[in-house]
Amino acid sequence: MSSQTSTTDRPQYNMDVVKLFTIMTIVWGIVGMGVGVLIAAQLIWPDALSFGPWLHFGRLRPLHTNAVIFAFGGSALFATSYYSVQRTCQATLAFPKLAMFTFWGWQAIILSAAITLPLGLTSGKEYAELEWPIDIAIAVVWLSYLAVFSKTIMARRTPHIYVGNWFYMAFIVTVAILHVVNSAAIPVGMFKSYSAYAGTTDAMIQWWYGHNAVGFFLTAGFLGMMYYFVPKQTGRPVYSYRLSIVHFWALISIYMWAGGHHLHYSALPDWAQSLGMVMSLVLLAPSWGGMINGMMTLSGAWHKLRTDPILRFLVVSLSFYGMSTFEGPMMAIKTVNALSHNTDWTIGHVHSGALGWVAMITIGAVYHMIPRLYGVAEMYSVKLINTHFWLATVGVVFYIVAMWVNGIMQGLMWRAVNSDGYLMYSFVQSLEASYAGYIVRLIGGGIFFVGMLVMAYNVWKTVQLSKTDATASVAQTV
Amino acid sequence: MDINDLRGIATIFTTVAFLAVVVWAYSGKRKSQFDDAANAPFADEGGVDAENGETRS
Repeated sequence: MSSQTSTTDRPQYNMDVVKLFTIMTIVWGIVGMGVGVLIAAQLIWPDALSFGPWLHFGRLRPLHTNAVIFAFGGSALFATSYYSVQRTCQATLAFPKLAMFTFWGWQAIILSAAITLPLGLTSGKEYAELEWPIDIAIAVVWLSYLAVFSKTIMARRTPHIYVGNWFYMAFIVTVAILHVVNSAAIPVGMFKSYSAYAGTTDAMIQWWYGHNAVGFFLTAGFLGMMYYFVPKQTGRPVYSYRLSIVHFWALISIYMWAGGHHLHYSALPDWAQSLGMVMSLVLLAPSWGGMINGMMTLSGAWHKLRTDPILRFLVVSLSFYGMSTFEGPMMAIKTVNALSHNTDWTIGHVHSGALGWVAMITIGAVYHMIPRLYGVAEMYSVKLINTHFWLATVGVVFYIVAMWVNGIMQGLMWRAVNSDGYLMYSFVQSLEASYAGYIVRLIGGGIFFVGMLVMAYNVWKTVQLSKTDATASVAQTV
Repeated sequence: MDINDLRGIATIFTTVAFLAVVVWAYSGKRKSQFDDAANAPFADEGGVDAENGETRS
């Protein structure tokens, strides 16, 4: 059965669009995280860093989330999915012009977000702030993405659809559904619309979307990345392919129901809150199944961690994935949520997932792809990858610990009552007590950001290296 | 039939569906197919199987 792997006539991979998306992943990573560092500083020095309404915290915050999730994370998902689907299917990317359209279309959407959000044009739905004309553009680009990806799978020369592609496919299909349903709105002007749903229903649909944006955009998509790049960088197949199948079906069927935990103690019916909580707890099993599957792929090859900083990125990202998918179910328990809700603990949790898991696996994948895309043996400096690894790890740890301390302190202060039943602290007192944590968070975020600059420099030098190397173009297709 | 019957049916359905996926994935006759599929990331290179110490003929 190895005939499909030993074919000598290899397909010509289409890596042009992959290159563009990979470079933009780094660019948007720097922009998005840079804005993150700025708004972290604004929380410490709100007056000194006040630049009028356009760059106010309230407008920059959605710009930050959109930039890191959809611009940085999105470009990384486009890049890695187009890269790995061609290699695991042994097929050329289908519809090359449409693939190029997804690149330019996605960049245009990102730019329009960067213009409209500071102008205050927003639908007010978290992680779905963009107004209706942009929403339509997203749907068009996304369906093009679906066409390119699925047609490439259909043209595969390998008998199986690799599990990584299953995860990418689930991510693409589900995000299309989530986006269309949650963005349904009645326009009342070019840049103003009202949600098609009212009140509690609107809130429930919003968090069904919101949590599945986490579950499918930031998890399933990046698990697709994990299932390709971890085995590839380790040089051995995934620990258990059977576990990966159970992992896939369990994860995608359970994630759908967990969104209710965002609305604990709200007007949402009690049973829907409990369902959200229970499904979030069940979610621990498939999440850890996938994490263990990725980790155990290294069994017998752990020594490679000593010399390979790219593998370190991938493995530490799985550690953060395991940690945040343990923390998430715990925070979804109603009584725990009563303490953690609306505090910085939530922000810390999001960033252990977004920086620790999503960003670090992306960074590992980018370091894996860049030399292969540009036809050089390895990155310009492996030492700088290692520097980046430590900057990223230390940065995330500073960030998360600061937010844990702040979050638990805020939760305890908000619920503390005097013996006469009055609240012990005002909100401003809890804010004053949070400053130390905000400073530590800024330091952590700043360290992570510096790591991204180190990466940009390293990639820049690697690309320069490929231009001076005359034989570079030959190796490109291998 | 009230909402609780629906809840019961949903619980049984998901349990059966989960067990079916597990049985399907772990049945012996699919092992070789899955071993093959697991090597898909290495379809673009030659000779990695030897490195892994697995024989594929």
